[in-house]
Amino acid sequence: MLDLSLLIIKYMPMMQKYSAAALLRHGLNRHTTWPRAWRCPPLKDAYDVIIIGAGGHGLATAYHLAKDHGITNVAVLERGWLGGGNIARNTVTIRSNYMRDASIPFYVKSVALYEELTKALNFNMMHSKRTMVDVVQTYPKMRELRRRQLTMDIYGSTYEQITVDALRRRIPALTGGGPDARLPIIGGMVHTDAGVNRHDAVAWGYARAIDAMGVEIHQQTAVESLVRGADGRIEGVQTNRGLVRAPKVAVAVSGHTTTLTETAGLKLPLRTMNLTAFVSEPVKPLVDVIVNCPDAGFYFSQSDKGEMVIGGAPDMGQSFRRDIKQHVFEDTVTAMLSLFPSFKKLKLLRQWGGHLDIAHDASPIMDQTDVPGLFITAGWWGGYKAIPAGGLTLAHLVATGRPHDLMSKFTLKRFRHLDYVMESGTTTAR
Amino acid sequence: MMNIPCPFCGSRNEAEFAFGGPVKPDRSDPNTVSEEEWVAYLTQVPNPLGPVQERWWHVKGCGMWLTIWRDTRTHDIVEGPADAE
Repeated sequence: MLDLSLLIIKYMPMMQKYSAAALLRHGLNRHTTWPRAWRCPPLKDAYDVIIIGAGGHGLATAYHLAKDHGITNVAVLERGWLGGGNIARNTVTIRSNYMRDASIPFYVKSVALYEELTKALNFNMMHSKRTMVDVVQTYPKMRELRRRQLTMDIYGSTYEQITVDALRRRIPALTGGGPDARLPIIGGMVHTDAGVNRHDAVAWGYARAIDAMGVEIHQQTAVESLVRGADGRIEGVQTNRGLVRAPKVAVAVSGHTTTLTETAGLKLPLRTMNLTAFVSEPVKPLVDVIVNCPDAGFYFSQSDKGEMVIGGAPDMGQSFRRDIKQHVFEDTVTAMLSLFPSFKKLKLLRQWGGHLDIAHDASPIMDQTDVPGLFITAGWWGGYKAIPAGGLTLAHLVATGRPHDLMSKFTLKRFRHLDYVMESGTTTAR
Repeated sequence: MMNIPCPFCGSRNEAEFAFGGPVKPDRSDPNTVSEEEWVAYLTQVPNPLGPVQERWWHVKGCGMWLTIWRDTRTHDIVEGPADAE
């Protein structure tokens, strides 16, 4: 055991390894001796790389910059607090059932990285690979999903059609959508790669790992504008704590991407939307898969605590709100009760919204912009599932200047050539 | 909840309306504008942290199309259709 901890010490010099032995040791000291999981170092004047946004993508990018490319003089700047942005404002759904040849391999990789993340970060992600089941109520949707299945087969993702009977056996609570319903259920699709995990663990696990490798996380450090040099290159960022310089700046701020890039005179094909979710009181285990009902317009899964985590459609129009609007909420509940009438008895506990940006073709954008040294990762509609591979690929781009193979189609240039990667309809973006 | 002032029906719940998208400039002739301007016209919309001008259709009411300025942070309607026209 001593040898093992020596190895860990060599690999991650400042990090306390979490293990049963450590739990016992610190338990004997009444848990008063646990070290802090990450530091709060003073903000320096300059770094090699600044990452704006300590959300999932920002933290994962810092992790891969340090681990894969040895770049550790990095600051991750966060306006709010760690784990308080969109990484806490989603429904933790991890899946790879996308439509386009360019998209599927990326998400397959991301799902695979997520499944190894507990080990890689020595932090329990509580990953639960529990399968997603689509409840299909219209033939156009069924045709679209079967088309996706054919493409997914090529790239090693999983999709399989099941009958209505099999669907109802799989989800006993699904009692609506019978033959007399307005939209009777006609079948289902099963995506066995899908799962859920714990969002806080993702933020904290990455934060602890990058801190141990020397990366600095600065919370309550709001970037107010991007600063360009006389030659047009990015020079740094103006924050509420002063000017911080770096030759490379990566913007990973989701809904506020355009707000920031416009300070450097950049216009991007992105608009910001508010996607919301709400949670019921905890009940006994009832549904053991992620249920997605694209025709009715809602999806949910049951958390380990027993709460139903329910999501629906975004607000109409652009929105920087972070709460649910009454009629969006009512529409989602009405849709849910049409298929799960017994949920009428559930009491609802809380709601939230996250503002995220969507690109013109509903696919992400990861590229160096026209401002040399300024990188963006944006357009992540449902970016939670993309965090590990998003970090892997952006770190590659920032470190080498070339796009990673998995993201080579998702450049800004694709709009210049009108060479869209249309993914409308494969997320809740309808 | 947002109430949209319809010039014909008065203040009505947004659930009665369909969203028509942000107001875009007139379509220019792709043969005369520069490539950059053409791509911008096709792919970019204003995305302000504040008032945005947009079209709404009172589809479950009188059927009228109208234009409002709505604040994207609060969803307050800062300028109704009567002021705009």
